[in-house]
Amino acid sequence: MDAITGAWQWLTTAANWAGEKGVWHRLGEHVQLSAVCLALACLMALPVALWLGHIGKGGALAVNLSNVGRAVPTFAVLVLLTLSPLGTQGDWPTVIALVLFAVPPLLTNAYLGMREADRDVVEAARGMGMSGPQLLLRVEIPLAYPLIMTGIRSATVQVVATATLAALAGGGGLGRIITAGFGNYDTAQVVAGALLVAVLALVVEGALVLVDRFFDPMRGRRRGRRTAREAGPGAGPGEVGPGGSGRSDASAGSGRSPGAPGSGGDDDVVALGKLA
Amino acid sequence: MRGIAAGPGCLQANDWICGEYVRTRSQELVDATLQHIGITVVSVVIGLLVAFPLALAARRWRGAAGPVLGLTTVLYTVPSLAMFALLTPVFGVSAAVVVTGLVLYSLTILVRNILAGLEAVPADVREAARGMGYGSARLLFGVELPLALPALVAGVRIATVSTVAMTTIGSVVGYGGLGNLIASGMEGFFKAEVLTASVLCVLLALIADLLLLGLQRLLTPWTRTQRPGRLRTRRGARTAKVVA
Repeated sequence: MDAITGAWQWLTTAANWAGEKGVWHRLGEHVQLSAVCLALACLMALPVALWLGHIGKGGALAVNLSNVGRAVPTFAVLVLLTLSPLGTQGDWPTVIALVLFAVPPLLTNAYLGMREADRDVVEAARGMGMSGPQLLLRVEIPLAYPLIMTGIRSATVQVVATATLAALAGGGGLGRIITAGFGNYDTAQVVAGALLVAVLALVVEGALVLVDRFFDPMRGRRRGRRTAREAGPGAGPGEVGPGGSGRSDASAGSGRSPGAPGSGGDDDVVALGKLA
Repeated sequence: MRGIAAGPGCLQANDWICGEYVRTRSQELVDATLQHIGITVVSVVIGLLVAFPLALAARRWRGAAGPVLGLTTVLYTVPSLAMFALLTPVFGVSAAVVVTGLVLYSLTILVRNILAGLEAVPADVREAARGMGYGSARLLFGVELPLALPALVAGVRIATVSTVAMTTIGSVVGYGGLGNLIASGMEGFFKAEVLTASVLCVLLALIADLLLLGLQRLLTPWTRTQRPGRLRTRRGARTAKVVA
């Protein structure tokens, strides 16, 4: 319990919040870095994923990217980039590493969301004479929305966690409070920093769940459809989702690689475990 | 970046790829790799031992499912550096910090996959076993568990691969296996050490994944013979879809 009282004292000391090494500054760095990298990753990954999903190609790429990404340690990538010539370019190694690890969940989930959009509905829309862009914007993207958002959520959690690790490679952010604490054998500071990081991660995750619910184009309609389709005991495993959001999530499904990419895209399940 | 042509002078030149480094520090590399494997294996095994009863409880009592899944999801959201830092005062600077953190992370995937695997067992199969006089323990271990095995192994594969990668972060408390070499290489600006350790780490993850895949094939021979009849396999595959 010493550690907790120590951490509490650390957190309630005003001096620890102010200045260059203070919490506010580190939090600002952390949030700014995460937001920039997430935006960059979304700009890069989502258009590609939506387009690949729309034309129905590139499934193997989207699936394997996540499988390979999981095997590469974020810490190793951060350090390798720091030691590379890029290491002298300020924040660039961190930015590249963060974007790199945010892309797979975005790409894979958005692609799968597009492919899992009910084919009958898509065909019907096409039959009604919708053009390609109309189909994309008014049918496929709304149907893919849950998985697109899941991708954004996993990518965000990923980015916030990796930004913490950036401190190990000399970057800024809240992780710096933890590494500095380890450096000084200051357990109180280590625990205080860890609490701050954990709270930030949970707050961000919670905020995204709310954003997700608020913007859901099928709000209030989806559940009826699902229960109709998956009636019966022990229905979809998607129903065990966190916070009762009741949806399947591609980011940690079976580690199975697809038997034949492109064939029956609806059961190409991909997995992305925790990376950082 | 210079290529493999690195001769004996590669240590002085601080090349990325250096045979001399691997030769002269082979003992260090072997020790780090063994520590890495040890931490990973212990974490995943303990993770399985904890996840299994949790999954059973979540299935048995509907009320327990929400809290169990919710708690593991919350733990999963906590960044690893923070997790290890929070566990340090509890266990001191020891391997237990890293193992405990990794166990907590593996629970999320393992509990969900075991639960999904068990719930995907067709109700008529369960009924048939009951009708044949199977008790609940025999039903679980003789019928349900084998049928849930593909989903379970899929979970173990994901958990293992990400555990191998995350073990490196254990270097903050000095128990990161190959991560220790990455950290010391970073401090000394020693490129060969960082790259060699990183590559070994990725290789370790890939080898572990292949071994588990092989294990699954061995344990569930029926999934191979049933390939032509797609119906059953497809159904199994769909239900193995789980949440992170």
